[in-house]
Amino acid sequence: MAGNNPNSTPMNLTLKVWRQKNAKTQGQLVTYNVKEISPDMSFLEMFDVLNEDLLRQGQEPVAFDHDCREGICGMCSMYINGRAHGPEKGTTTCQLHMRKFKDGDTIVVEPWRANAFTVHKDLSTDRSALDRIQQAGGYVSVNTGGVPDANEIPIPKPIADKAFDAATCIQCGACVAACKNASAMLFLSAKVSQLALLPQGKVERKTRVENMLAQHDAEGFGSCTNIGACAAECPVGISLDNIAMLNREYISAKATSDNIG
Amino acid sequence: MILDAKIPDGPIAEKWEKHKFNVKLVNPANKRKYDIIIVGSGLAGASAAATLAELGYNVKVFCFQDSARRAHSIAAQGGINAAKNYQNDGDSVYRLFYDTVKGGDYRAREANVYRLAQVSVNIIDQCVAQGVPFAREYGGLLANRSFGGAQVSRTFYARGQTGQQLLLGAYSALNRQIAYGKVQMFPRTEMLDLVMVDGKARGIVTRHLVTGHIESHSAHAVVLATGGYGNVFYLSTNAMGSNTTAIWRAYKKGAFFGNPCFTQIHPTCIPVSGEYQSKLTLMSESLRNDGRVWVPKAKGDKRVPRDIPEAERDYFLERKYPAFGNLVPRDVASRNAKLACDEGRGVGSTGLAVYLDFADAIKRDGLDKVSQKYGNLFEMYAKITGEDPYQSPMRIYPAVHYTMGGLWVDYNLMTTIPGLYAAGEANFSDHGANRLGASALMQGLADGYFVLPYTIGDYLAQNPGPKISTDHPAFKESETNVRATIQKLLSINGTKTVDEFHKELGLLMWDYCGMARNAEGLQFAKDKIKALREEFWRNVKLYGENEDMNQTIEKAGRVADFLELGELMVTDALHRNESCGGHFREEYQTPENEALRDDTNFAYVAAWEYTGPNSEARLNKEPLEFENVKLTQRSYK
Repeated sequence: MAGNNPNSTPMNLTLKVWRQKNAKTQGQLVTYNVKEISPDMSFLEMFDVLNEDLLRQGQEPVAFDHDCREGICGMCSMYINGRAHGPEKGTTTCQLHMRKFKDGDTIVVEPWRANAFTVHKDLSTDRSALDRIQQAGGYVSVNTGGVPDANEIPIPKPIADKAFDAATCIQCGACVAACKNASAMLFLSAKVSQLALLPQGKVERKTRVENMLAQHDAEGFGSCTNIGACAAECPVGISLDNIAMLNREYISAKATSDNIG
Repeated sequence: MILDAKIPDGPIAEKWEKHKFNVKLVNPANKRKYDIIIVGSGLAGASAAATLAELGYNVKVFCFQDSARRAHSIAAQGGINAAKNYQNDGDSVYRLFYDTVKGGDYRAREANVYRLAQVSVNIIDQCVAQGVPFAREYGGLLANRSFGGAQVSRTFYARGQTGQQLLLGAYSALNRQIAYGKVQMFPRTEMLDLVMVDGKARGIVTRHLVTGHIESHSAHAVVLATGGYGNVFYLSTNAMGSNTTAIWRAYKKGAFFGNPCFTQIHPTCIPVSGEYQSKLTLMSESLRNDGRVWVPKAKGDKRVPRDIPEAERDYFLERKYPAFGNLVPRDVASRNAKLACDEGRGVGSTGLAVYLDFADAIKRDGLDKVSQKYGNLFEMYAKITGEDPYQSPMRIYPAVHYTMGGLWVDYNLMTTIPGLYAAGEANFSDHGANRLGASALMQGLADGYFVLPYTIGDYLAQNPGPKISTDHPAFKESETNVRATIQKLLSINGTKTVDEFHKELGLLMWDYCGMARNAEGLQFAKDKIKALREEFWRNVKLYGENEDMNQTIEKAGRVADFLELGELMVTDALHRNESCGGHFREEYQTPENEALRDDTNFAYVAAWEYTGPNSEARLNKEPLEFENVKLTQRSYK
């Protein structure tokens, strides 16, 4: 809150923002100066200020994706000073606050860059490939109705907790943006782990991992070389352990599968 | 006009069963002949889409976000209610029904609420079968906690992100149907008009948010599951994109709007910090299980909280409501926080905040236990405010969170337009004048998984009309109108941005149609909103062209609708000369400052009918009959 923080002096900043009209055109970094930025603002609120200024000057505002602004919808996606979602660990762009920057800083802001994510405009990219990976098998095949009572499926708390840790993925794509191979393996492994750990998901575990992985590759994401940038930049702390689990699931599926050649 | 809600006859506990038997069925082979449009992919939309596709209908789903999984249901934190009585603490379908009707201050329809309580138990089963990772006890069974307005523990939860986990469940079911080809998904696509043919809802016109392409889609039935309109206040806990456009444009095509003024102000949000603020962040109500709400006893006490001794603190909720304490319903908690601040006892630099203190819980249960339960919420608080809630109490203040009002629907969730349905927060149906915590998720999934699949079938079985081509003149006319409106907005080229208009509107709504309202203020706001709307259409500034990703067009269209809806909300608040739930008219209160209802004159749903651009909306009534719950002054003492 204003006045409650030791550093509440407004800041002046230089922004270098990626501007690109659409997927078919070339983009470039354009420099803007923003003034009187409160340290209590979120990074996106700082962009609101920039956009209002641009609009008043008759210039085109910067297109960027955002929605919930509380770190859960996964829509915001800025690559800030060479890091997905910026400098603060475990934080989405919308929850990054300007108190993490200093007066006079220059901040470079780019879109997610990956073969499988085309730029719609400026900082907004097409991440529908992630949806298509989910559609390839990220579900338990049950119809509505006709399911057992919830407490008929007891699950040991440690297993439930581990599945939960994997289920917290917000599908923002930071793992892809951070990976030098532009691999979506951390994202994919989170879903595979969650469902492979739970009794409800075990029935389809083999076909699931095979189909989701096939879709991942078909979308043009790169392979995993176990660098770990994904987990380091993940705003919700999805662990690299999930990729180990994915590999185990995949090998065991391949070795024993009676579904897919 | 007196509205018929089509409530089935018979004892309340048998109505739904009986109705399910009486609805007409579409045989499995015929289902594939019918197309259904669903706008919105949150809990209500995604669950309805998946279920209807499983049944065999052809479904098209539209959302403005880039993925169905990002709908704002994702942000719900605390939990979902269900009358499972797993805790053996005296819960039942009837008790959940009773609590919800009472919590809504007797302005909800009994039959709908009872059905909601009935299907609540199926929702939990469904979600667990999908792999939703609810919190569990060491024995492996599901855990529960309590929420405001209830004295039993019936809330199922998934850490502080129940909404995300439930939505991912529904999204996975939706994905499965997309993979089967039964659902066609249209992300980044916004509905801009409802198309009617022969008096029935037969399709929509949309704009693609990347290309600007205007397109028509036809169907036999249309479901609006587009959420609430809390962003009419500019600052709210809603996502930035949440809007009223779909339901508002349906209203202008003849769907009645129910109880627009019933707004929920959530008591535990992070206070406003500056002019630049774009949204408010909720701190889950579950925090009130262990956090104690207080302000200093003395006015203007500026000491830091730890320097204020116990005897000089006023735990006002515990003092005034010993039976429910910090867990009174949201409207009561919000109003009391406002009262404390109005008395000059608010804290923080603005004086518009109260403390939510975990010191006792940490002393009692230890830091680990508290952090296990609330760790992520504490982190979120620290990130936003730069303060550590383990060291000093949180500062909280009420913020707009949910709208109980919405399109009027009958028992089948059909609006006054044949073939047009509204589900989840977009309809007005189940929460009366105040929604209890953890009931929004319940209602969204109840509508989508368990109600609409039956009631839409009933409509489709009774000749909804032939397939219609989008070349039909009704679609062409609608497309032309949509294009003309966008061109008009682009051509104004005034001096004020859309956000500036939105902020002005929001402030008017908050000051005069927020936590406390009175006739004089409402009348003032009404005139102001009219003037602001007139200025908007004369002086708004957009940029660029339609055939592009143009976020100024998106915002302008939504704010144009908010500027009309705001006036209707004020009209509704002005006409309802009583206080009930979240609608608190200062002229109508008990000596203890509680909401004073007038059941003789206002025990009805106000359903407003559009009569044209420059004329007042017409009031229609659905009388509310309470056959099971006795109307009493709500007491949480």
